Amino acid sequence: MSARPDINAGGGWLGLYVFGYLVFLYLPVLLIPLFSFNNSIQAAFPLQGFTFDWYRTLYGNPALSGALANSLIIGVVAASGATLCGITVSYMDLYGRSPLAATISAIARLPILIPGVIVGISLLILVNLIGLGPSRVAIVLGHILVALPTTVVVMRSRFAAIPKTIREAALDLGASDWTTFRRVMLPLSAPAVLSAFMLSFLISFDEFIVVFFLAGTEPTLPLYIWSQLRFPRSLPTVMALGTVILCASFIIAGAAEILRHRGLGAARRNPA
Amino acid sequence: MSTIVAARPLPENRVSPVFRFAMLLPGGLVTFFLILFALGLVVFLAFRGNDGSLLGVGLTAENFLTVATDPLYWTVTLRSLVIAGLVTLATVVTAYPVAYYLAFHAGRRRNLLLFLVTLPFWTSYLLRVFAWKIVLAYNGVLNSAFIETGLWSQPTLAFLNTPAAVVVTLAHAYAPFAILPIYVALDTIPKSLLEAASDLGARPFTSFRRVVLPNSMPGVLAAALVVFVPTVGDYVTPAMVGGPASTMIGTLIQSQFGKANDWPFGAALSVCVMLVILCVVLVTRGADRRFGSRT
Repeated sequence: MSARPDINAGGGWLGLYVFGYLVFLYLPVLLIPLFSFNNSIQAAFPLQGFTFDWYRTLYGNPALSGALANSLIIGVVAASGATLCGITVSYMDLYGRSPLAATISAIARLPILIPGVIVGISLLILVNLIGLGPSRVAIVLGHILVALPTTVVVMRSRFAAIPKTIREAALDLGASDWTTFRRVMLPLSAPAVLSAFMLSFLISFDEFIVVFFLAGTEPTLPLYIWSQLRFPRSLPTVMALGTVILCASFIIAGAAEILRHRGLGAARRNPA
Repeated sequence: MSTIVAARPLPENRVSPVFRFAMLLPGGLVTFFLILFALGLVVFLAFRGNDGSLLGVGLTAENFLTVATDPLYWTVTLRSLVIAGLVTLATVVTAYPVAYYLAFHAGRRRNLLLFLVTLPFWTSYLLRVFAWKIVLAYNGVLNSAFIETGLWSQPTLAFLNTPAAVVVTLAHAYAPFAILPIYVALDTIPKSLLEAASDLGARPFTSFRRVVLPNSMPGVLAAALVVFVPTVGDYVTPAMVGGPASTMIGTLIQSQFGKANDWPFGAALSVCVMLVILCVVLVTRGADRRFGSRT
């Protein structure tokens, strides 16, 4: 008799269900690349023939390239900020031994429980109060907030996975807190740092709900797409642009996923 | 010559103040200034009157009285709760078997499947909603596919601009949120519990109902919460696929800070949404404790 007879029963049907679920998850999204090559303004069957025309309309569009540049700059700055906060908040939460550090860590994960629209309006009020107004800096602040729970969770689980003895050994051998953090703990979690950075960049790059309230005269890529959705004629262009964005997101998310698990085995195998 | 060094105190007791300050500074600024202070501003503004200035004027509960007495806001709030509730129910119920498969059946394919179900989470939310717009549109994918296959002779408007379209779109957009918490809860159930159940003669279904399901409830509740919160305040999906009959509370908040330009009233609506979420969190916490939280 096998050890777990009940649990393994019915796996075949369940596998089929999971397959169907994945189809449901991906099918609507994959329609965007499909129709981006379709030689028609309408996104409808039957397909009208293959074309690269919609991708050609992406070139030499100053509004689009401006939005892309904004999104890239904001994404890099916001991801740097969110990653810095994620590293320090989770490190102090685990090793700081102070109620303040635990409180900060708890509040940092609070944005999960606040709908984006409220994050957006609260920051809109704030940036107007401090005289900044809707601007790229305001968007960066908003995206640091939106990405913060992710970076804290990624970094916290990574720091927690490093054997305690490594940090204790460094401190016992006379390394200062700063040296221990900088020379021991940070290098050991470098893949997770990069992963947190990439994921928060993706969050910022794709974010729409908060940025809607905080953008001044310089829109990001999602805002550009939103503005184009009003015009039926630009639908195919939006789908071509969407295809490019989806491909970039898939690649970055895949790389981040690989990095997140990298090097953990080594740290566990050689605990000292 | 070796010298004897006096034993150091325990590492944890000698964190240098400068290091502590530097490490707490970025997180402290963001959490206290951008989160707590900004939310405090919203609460403050909710009790002010609208005179077109940034922080309003006076001290009044009028905004809340309007929300409480005007049936429009009750209708919209109720609709938001029903839509978010249906979306939460749909995502959690459909995600559970996937999480179950990942925890108990996936074997070597587990990491790949985990990656595949979380990947959509990292793609643009706007694009996922947009995809549904082209699926459900009058001259869209679904209508044209049905006509192409001869099921219908002419397009129908029945898909787009309905609350049902909002539910389907939101359920699809937030599906990846639900799987991970349930999977983690299922994966951390001690295997000995399952073996004990089967050794004691429990049939598969009994063992699922009496052992697996109760033990995975903390994950189910966490999943419900992370789906419910973003959907109840959503304004993009109602605008894209919902039409006028599916205005949600997020739509009203957004318009107060836009076209309607009554920030104090929008702040009051936001406070009401936060209170509703607080109630949901407290109920979830209570239920979590009943099922014996392991988190």
